[in-house]
Amino acid sequence: MSAIKVFVPCDAAAIACGADSVAEAILSEAGKAGVEIKLVRNGSRGMLWLEPLVEVEADGVRYGFGPVRKRDVAALVAAGLFTAPASVSHDLAIGVVSEHPFLTAQQRLTFARCGITDPRSLDDYLAHGGYKGLARALELGSAGIVAEVTKSGLRGRGGAGFPTGIKWKTVHDAKGTQKYIVCNADEGDSGTFADRMIMEGDPFELIEGMTIAGIAVGATRGYIYCRSEYPHAISTLRAAIGTARANGYLGPKVNGTEFAFELEVREGAGAYVCGEETSLLESLEGKRGLVRAKPPLPAHVGLFGKPTIINNVLSLTAVPHILADGADAMRTTAWAARAARCRSRSPATSSMAACSRPPSASRSAIWSRRSAAVRCRAARSRRFRSVARSAPIFRHLSLIRPSTTRNSPRRTR
Amino acid sequence: MRHETFSNERTREIVSSHLGLEGPLLPILHAVRETFGYVPEAAVPVIAEELNLSRAEVHGVVTFYHDFNRAPHGRHVVKICRAEACQSVGVETLVAHAERSLGVSMGETSPDGRVTLEPIYCLGLCACAPAAMVDGRIIGRLDMEAIDEIVAEVDR
Ligand SMILES: Cc1cc2nc3c(=O)[nH]c(=O)nc-3n(C[C@H](O)[C@H](O)[C@H](O)COP(=O)(O)O)c2cc1C
Repeated sequence: MSAIKVFVPCDAAAIACGADSVAEAILSEAGKAGVEIKLVRNGSRGMLWLEPLVEVEADGVRYGFGPVRKRDVAALVAAGLFTAPASVSHDLAIGVVSEHPFLTAQQRLTFARCGITDPRSLDDYLAHGGYKGLARALELGSAGIVAEVTKSGLRGRGGAGFPTGIKWKTVHDAKGTQKYIVCNADEGDSGTFADRMIMEGDPFELIEGMTIAGIAVGATRGYIYCRSEYPHAISTLRAAIGTARANGYLGPKVNGTEFAFELEVREGAGAYVCGEETSLLESLEGKRGLVRAKPPLPAHVGLFGKPTIINNVLSLTAVPHILADGADAMRTTAWAARAARCRSRSPATSSMAACSRPPSASRSAIWSRRSAAVRCRAARSRRFRSVARSAPIFRHLSLIRPSTTRNSPRRTR
Repeated sequence: MRHETFSNERTREIVSSHLGLEGPLLPILHAVRETFGYVPEAAVPVIAEELNLSRAEVHGVVTFYHDFNRAPHGRHVVKICRAEACQSVGVETLVAHAERSLGVSMGETSPDGRVTLEPIYCLGLCACAPAAMVDGRIIGRLDMEAIDEIVAEVDR
């Protein structure tokens, strides 16, 4: 019998709630029981109130248990966690994870792999559709990529909602021997953590998106400026970049082509203002994070004075999907009809931190779904004491309450 | 966390190992901080000379960024998130409790060098807030009990 796959997330939120000690306990219990397991540290599914969410695979189906604490592990194992995960009778059992109402109500694009795969495994990434976007980008060539991104209607996720295609076209058309791709991973606004989750849960997607951006505008270097408060995101990204380089996805010949692209993670230093794009560029240059006067735009005079694309993490991670499935994919999905009313045609992700119980059971969610007004509904719903939006674009998002947040609110004191 | 004692030599070594980078100053300051536990005043002229910058420029950068503490921290560093999401679930009560139990105020190091208590602004753990970082380890769903455990760990 082959090893039983057991998943324990490596997302910072899961770790902050004890995932590492749960993983250790699972390994030790498996050893005691003489069961051969393969422990996978996946990203988070976004059901943060269930973290650490342990999953066990049986016959290709993943059964979930959460929130698991170290002290629960022995009882779960005794109840059949490894041998019969489908029929474990325990308070923490949530059944088949993919059938959870929170997940079935969503259509995930950027976060499709997050929580499913091992974020540090390139093989996993490739097996789940990774680098298909790059392959198509290489077929299309620079102008074709810019046209595709423009056609998709993608708008920046960093706050201003600026059309990404137009930004890219400006840098594409700018003259310059050196151009840069900069990813804004400063995610400074409290209550937002979708950038963090995707960097920790699917780092190759960001690497692929930035590589495509480089090929689109003729940039050979990229920087990811990540806030220092995200040490797990930084180490995951660095590991993934090393793997991508070792496998020819980064370096002097991307995928064996004539395109070169190098990528580096730079750590912020605790200055909120560095999320603003021009002060971020100053900071990358090694200066104080002071805002620059505009114009000139970073697209013309950016990092070290060179033409520069600066985009948010979620703008760049949307790109592989746009290229792989085509710009029209954005329009033909379930929300396309409603999307027609808005100028932005692309779905956005929202981070939500809601509290309907004391902190030990605080709940949160990641959505990839659009329609009515998140802000109004959230404001109206007294159940949500803190609702996070990382961009005005979330105005267009619908906030669908998972069935598990039905409990009445209680103040934490 | 063990740190090395400051020396010009070691600082020069750190600088030279970063010279291949574009815009190396922030990575250098991070490395200096990691090596010595803080960014000593005496490191500024060394870095400035090696990078061909003025002392004022390097000083300006060091003082701009919150992460570059210019005095050594305590043996333990407790950072509690005070950003909006954590505030909305009552972190301020926990901060008061931590200050009382540790015997230091926010932003201070205890006189015996045992512990530094600092605010941090958003660890992205908003869905399991309140959150903290203790000696680099992140902790979510913080409550009074968790603070007591942190205090016990620091006192050990
Ligand atoms: C004070 C301030 C803070 C900002 N913080 C962030 C941030 O943390 N992350 C981000 O992506 N954009 C932030 N922005 C927006 C950026 O300036 C910029 O619009 C964005 O990086 C562009 O990327 P996009 O086109 O992909 O949205 C901030 C802007 C201001 C004025």
